[in-house]
Amino acid sequence: MIWNNEYEAMQPDKLRAMQSARLSELVALLYKNVPFYKEKMDAFGVRPSDIKDIKDIVKLPFTTKDDMREVYPLGLLAVAKEKIVEIHTSSGTTGKPVVDAYTHKDIEIWSEVMARTLAMGDTNKNDTVQNAYGYGLFTGGLGVHYGARKIGANVIPISGGNTKRQLQIMQDFDSTVLTCTPSYSLLLAEIGKADGIDFSKLPLRVGLFGAEPWSDSMRKEIEADLQLKALDIYGLTEIIGPGVSSECLQQDGLHIFEDHFYPEIIDPATGRVLPDGQRGELVFTTLSKEGTPILRYRTRDITYLIREKCGCGRTQVRMHRLLGRTDDMLIVRGVNVFPSQVEEVLLKIEDVKPHYQILVDRKDRLDSIEIQIEMTENLFSDEIKNISANEKRIEEALYSTLNIHAQVKLVEPQSIPRSEGKARRVIDKRQL
Amino acid sequence: MKIKQISVFLENKIGRLAEVTKLLADAGINIRTLSLAETAEFGILRLIVNDPGTCLKVLKDHNFVAQETDVIAVEVLDKPGGLNRILEIFHKKDINIEYMYAFVEKKVDNAIVVFRIDNARKAIAVLQDHNIAIVSDDVLKNI
Repeated sequence: MIWNNEYEAMQPDKLRAMQSARLSELVALLYKNVPFYKEKMDAFGVRPSDIKDIKDIVKLPFTTKDDMREVYPLGLLAVAKEKIVEIHTSSGTTGKPVVDAYTHKDIEIWSEVMARTLAMGDTNKNDTVQNAYGYGLFTGGLGVHYGARKIGANVIPISGGNTKRQLQIMQDFDSTVLTCTPSYSLLLAEIGKADGIDFSKLPLRVGLFGAEPWSDSMRKEIEADLQLKALDIYGLTEIIGPGVSSECLQQDGLHIFEDHFYPEIIDPATGRVLPDGQRGELVFTTLSKEGTPILRYRTRDITYLIREKCGCGRTQVRMHRLLGRTDDMLIVRGVNVFPSQVEEVLLKIEDVKPHYQILVDRKDRLDSIEIQIEMTENLFSDEIKNISANEKRIEEALYSTLNIHAQVKLVEPQSIPRSEGKARRVIDKRQL
Repeated sequence: MKIKQISVFLENKIGRLAEVTKLLADAGINIRTLSLAETAEFGILRLIVNDPGTCLKVLKDHNFVAQETDVIAVEVLDKPGGLNRILEIFHKKDINIEYMYAFVEKKVDNAIVVFRIDNARKAIAVLQDHNIAIVSDDVLKNI
């Protein structure tokens, strides 16, 4: 179900006109009200009058996470403080938290994009949404809550954790929609299974999972275990929280609500905008937000844009599910390498399992890259020449796709450390 | 006529080989002979044991990558020219040896040589034509 057909299935030229109008209005406002942006634009030599069309966005400076931290707590505020009705922040685990301050209208926008998100999984007023995202400063809990309220669904604000109780509530109140992180959904499945719950007998129908990267193979696992359709949702505190983009039931990329959040893909090294389909860093500009709007925010997330029409009828551009982070990007002998690209190549090769590690080193002023992959039955042989040929075959596949000369080393099974959270894929031993 | 050889993937790490032999010892598996092929990075341990089925299972249960391969074991006269005679026969018949290793059994007079040959069936036929004794699984189990 499309929640807001007028915007979600808007004609592209009409959408462009709307984006252009919103951008020029926003830039004029920010220049006037936010000293941080005025200084940035002045230093960049760009005036509000230069921004007439959405295409002019490339003339504007980027905003980075470091910028956000520098202006903590409310340096990006674009309205009078009394207009703010709610504040959320990120956890700040890697430094000062980033802040999102919402006006009443901002909460309305958030509710709208979250209603669209929930509707991607056909959520309607008859549904019971078990919202296991954390409530609090974290945007996940309240974001889903507002969207479910807007739709008129029954929302169970159970928040995260307390797995046994989650499973009890799920059965007692016939939850049909589950919202949480993908890894938590797997834990629910595991504990539920151990408790003898048959998920195929529960009315649970769809899960909206986000707030951390996950893969298609994980999706298959979740769908089989919980007997539901698993959709990937995306958002970040800097932009609005969840509700920036979401998969529809086609499960083929996440529709970006681009009437509110304008996406660009840039080369993370040069800042140059890349054409559709090319992989790079995702950048967002909030077109309609009042409280803390943000210009060209560099998310550090790696993906690409898909402009082709989607089978669901929505016209808004899609982004491929996240392919990695720029923080993970390696530059080896001048070539940009993303661990996710390496993984893509490896997993396309039959017999290779997703247990690998990338080791980068520098000897005699030359970078070397070694990829350790766990040996599997099919890669093994009683003859050295066959094993060496398998290593060579993988090296050639890496070279032809990534243009890097990596040395492949097959290692014993279970020898690459497993992680409960984010796997450590890269070990960079270079002293740069 | 073919016998089962178990091969195991090992990284070149201190103590790794001992872990394998300990595992097999605990499982009551008797190693009749072995050979180790190695590169700078890894090794392939090839084993002839009294019970290949159990050996393979024990290794796999302990997360080793291991497999079973058919090899041919041949009795070779334990005197000068013994091995040469067989290699000349293979050469004449265009049979290519991937690798081989030998051991001396105390209960038989001859030496035993294990051959890994891609075309094992042809090799067996050639050996039989020349009346060369091929050692069977049963014999290896009982000597």
